[in-house]
Amino acid sequence: MNDRSAMSVLDKPNSYIGRSVPRPNAKRLAQGRATYVDDIVLPRMVHLAFCRSPYAHAEILSIDSTAALALPGVLRVVTMADLQDYCTPWVGVLDHLKGIKSAPQWPLANGKAFFQGEPIVAVAATSRAIAEDAVDLIEVDYKELPPVTDMETALDPDTPVIHPELGDNLCFERSIDSGDVDAAFAEAAVVVEETFHFNRHTGVTLEPRSIICDYNPADETLTLHMSVQCPHMSKNLYAKHLGLDEDKVRVICKDVGGSFGLKIHTYSDEMAAGALTVMLGRPVKFIADRLESFTTDIHARDHRVTAKMAFTQDGEITAVEMDDITGIGPYSVYPRTSGIEMNQVANLTAGPYKHLNYRVRARVVFQNKGVMCQYRGVGHPIAVAVGEALIDKGAAALGMDPAEVRRRSFIPDDAYPYTSPSGAIYERQSHRQSLDKLVAVMDYEALRREQRVLRERGIYRGIGFASLIEVTNPSPAFYGVGGARIASQDGCTIRLDPTGGITCATGVTEQGQGTETIIAQIAASAVGVAPGQVRVITGDTDVVPYGGGTWASRGAGIGGEAALQAGKELRRNILEVAGAILQSAPESLDIRDGEIVDAKSGNERMPLAELGRLVYFRGDTLPEGLQPELVATKHYVSRSYPFAFTNAAHACLLEVDVETGLVKLLKYWVVEDCGTVINPLLVAEQTRGGVVQGIGAALYEECLYSPEGQMINGSMADYLLPMAAEMPEIFVDHVTTPTETSELGAKGVGEAGTAGAPGAVMNAINDALGPLDARLSHMPFTPDKILRALGKT
Amino acid sequence: MTAPIIVTLTVNGEPVSQAVEPRLTLVDFLREAIGLKGTHVGCEHGVCGACTLRLDGVTVRGCLTLAVQCEGATVETIEGMTESGAMKDLQDEFVERNALQCGYCTPGMLMSAAELLERNAMPSREEIREQLSGNYCRCTGYQAIVDAIETTARKRGALGR
Ligand code: FES
Ligand code: FES
Repeated sequence: MNDRSAMSVLDKPNSYIGRSVPRPNAKRLAQGRATYVDDIVLPRMVHLAFCRSPYAHAEILSIDSTAALALPGVLRVVTMADLQDYCTPWVGVLDHLKGIKSAPQWPLANGKAFFQGEPIVAVAATSRAIAEDAVDLIEVDYKELPPVTDMETALDPDTPVIHPELGDNLCFERSIDSGDVDAAFAEAAVVVEETFHFNRHTGVTLEPRSIICDYNPADETLTLHMSVQCPHMSKNLYAKHLGLDEDKVRVICKDVGGSFGLKIHTYSDEMAAGALTVMLGRPVKFIADRLESFTTDIHARDHRVTAKMAFTQDGEITAVEMDDITGIGPYSVYPRTSGIEMNQVANLTAGPYKHLNYRVRARVVFQNKGVMCQYRGVGHPIAVAVGEALIDKGAAALGMDPAEVRRRSFIPDDAYPYTSPSGAIYERQSHRQSLDKLVAVMDYEALRREQRVLRERGIYRGIGFASLIEVTNPSPAFYGVGGARIASQDGCTIRLDPTGGITCATGVTEQGQGTETIIAQIAASAVGVAPGQVRVITGDTDVVPYGGGTWASRGAGIGGEAALQAGKELRRNILEVAGAILQSAPESLDIRDGEIVDAKSGNERMPLAELGRLVYFRGDTLPEGLQPELVATKHYVSRSYPFAFTNAAHACLLEVDVETGLVKLLKYWVVEDCGTVINPLLVAEQTRGGVVQGIGAALYEECLYSPEGQMINGSMADYLLPMAAEMPEIFVDHVTTPTETSELGAKGVGEAGTAGAPGAVMNAINDALGPLDARLSHMPFTPDKILRALGKT
Repeated sequence: MTAPIIVTLTVNGEPVSQAVEPRLTLVDFLREAIGLKGTHVGCEHGVCGACTLRLDGVTVRGCLTLAVQCEGATVETIEGMTESGAMKDLQDEFVERNALQCGYCTPGMLMSAAELLERNAMPSREEIREQLSGNYCRCTGYQAIVDAIETTARKRGALGR
């Protein structure tokens, strides 16, 4: 399947793959000339605001909207009763997650509210300010119901069942029992055990969720302007639940102000905007404010994991056993479900290591808090932190260096392809090489010496490692096999224009990671032009090939391969036409820098613009019988492996002030292997941004809830985020193990930074505090928790 | 809600006179009344820095300033600063260094960075990070932004600016 031959565009001297090309579309953003959804103004557009439940669990007894309706500028005030005929409910389950269950979710609460912030009444008005004024005038009578907030007791027999029709509060459960776990633990030289808490946190994209729904009753078309990662998926879902013809729904997604997995889910308020545009026959805009973002955007993590690991005397890992429980709010989120994060934890914990004995029990439970679902890293940060912390603990018990224990336990380089005890299949990884490079670039030995010297002076520095694997380039195994209409294939249509320019439309999407740039680099290399000659179109379902968009780190690996194959096809087509015109064999010609040249001599034969002119305007002059085809479309789906796993080695250096409990991050290193690097600049920046989100989870971010299920820090002043002054400099380097599943050889890189950082930071803090016999495993590691661990408060 | 008040000010060099509700913030005024969409709203709380702009030459939060407070004032936004070329080198450096990903924080970041470089021609990396501590960026991890500002300062120094 892989024809990485001598003629591969990857090896051509004029290839742009592997070059740090800046992003042409960034100029627009740097000049304040972007188009985010909130920047769009349509004629007769109305604005939505919502009356939301102040309670985590309540029955809605009555709603009085009289005063709201009377407010000048208010056009419509609706409850779920009014939307019954406009929208069907949805249930977040997938067939391949055996036994997963959830309750129907509606655009507005249908009799009961199950979390604080759940929308109850929608107001459409001529401005957002008027809509908000009207919301203040709505009177809702609630009967409070007992909230279920603690995930640990959610399954207790005396805990109320949130959705009585489901029978209990269990959404999904999975267990793995592979090898002989009991025997391995019985024979182990060292066994370490720990309980970890992974804080519930959220995406906090700077641009909030944003949508304009524009229904035209005359031709029954619906146009959605959305800040979204997967336009085709949205097209399907809005058509399905609003009862429209899917072929008449168009999703347009221009600039997106951050997404990180947050903008791939179905949200009630956005679907309500869809129902209202159909009802009103005019455009309806909804832009979440920051409080709405904090309480109703998907949250992530919220896991408690108890795990143990067995080692031989030589420091080899032989077994892992763990119990994971996670609270996901009152619904499994549609259409990807809230079972996937736990599934990843179960699949991937201690993934880089060769142990064969593995037991997992993992449970996903309902609770009356905000909904939890896939956010950057999905399960990986938990799986990595648990495995890596236990290794460090084991290394300490064995009196061995933590890097050395990792080296001894990695899956051997010659064992690939390798099937893990959870059933994951790894193609090829470079753990040893990555860790060795990491240890060299950070000058590990020198840091250890410095650490010892400083300790004598009462300065506590810590070094933490995290080796990881990451799922990228998903096949249909992720969602498609479960019945979700979420494309894992993607396509690219590429065209030679009469000017000699190239236009390229791709199903993968841009949120600032640089998708359009790498597609241009690949297409340019494949055809034989400069990237500046390639214009890339993304984010419009009427224009681009059907595709999955951006999720699970698939843009470069899947979308990139489609672009490569489409570019090669166009190149063949162009050379065929050029050969006929120039009376030369197509194989004797090449395209370099926008010119048809003699492959051997490099002599110019004809510019692409001239070929374009002849083909498009002077078909009469072409050789007889020639029907030129200057458009090519190719699609790609990953077939030979369900996923392409990447790997990376992280290290964090920090200092803990044992008087104040403050952590100062001093430096961070990443050696990552995402296969073929298309653009080193963009790979490094994806990694840095990802690491900082992981640091946020480890040190600052937490959605704090009262026992009644009220989020008590739903503002950016109260919810702490990583800011410039506290962040370290992050060094990024590469090892390159291309995936053999595609000619391009690229794997994903968007999430690996976030996957590794929480574990590396945790290990560094515990390394710093080791001499003081203090240890932490409850994220985020706030000064208060550190002082408590030190016995100082 | 009280009756609209006429406010007269200069925005990016252009005189503007409009009736506004007393509660309307400056950033909403610019975005909705004037159609200048380059200044963004991230928190409406004075915390994220996405709405950073210049009021009478001083960097302020557009979400904490009311339009009616701007009577007779001079406002400069990312659009005006771009048109005047006042920070073209800084903008170019942001693009070159990929100091922006989604770009939502970028106008505010640039306004903060421009102010720093006017005050302190050769700031240290720590000083740059300190200055940006009121500007949230979810995408970049900040390092590229610090690099871009530092490089701009160095290049300006070399040019004797
Ligand atoms: S919107 Fe003004 S500081 Fe965030
Ligand atoms: S570039 Fe996205 S928030 Fe800064």
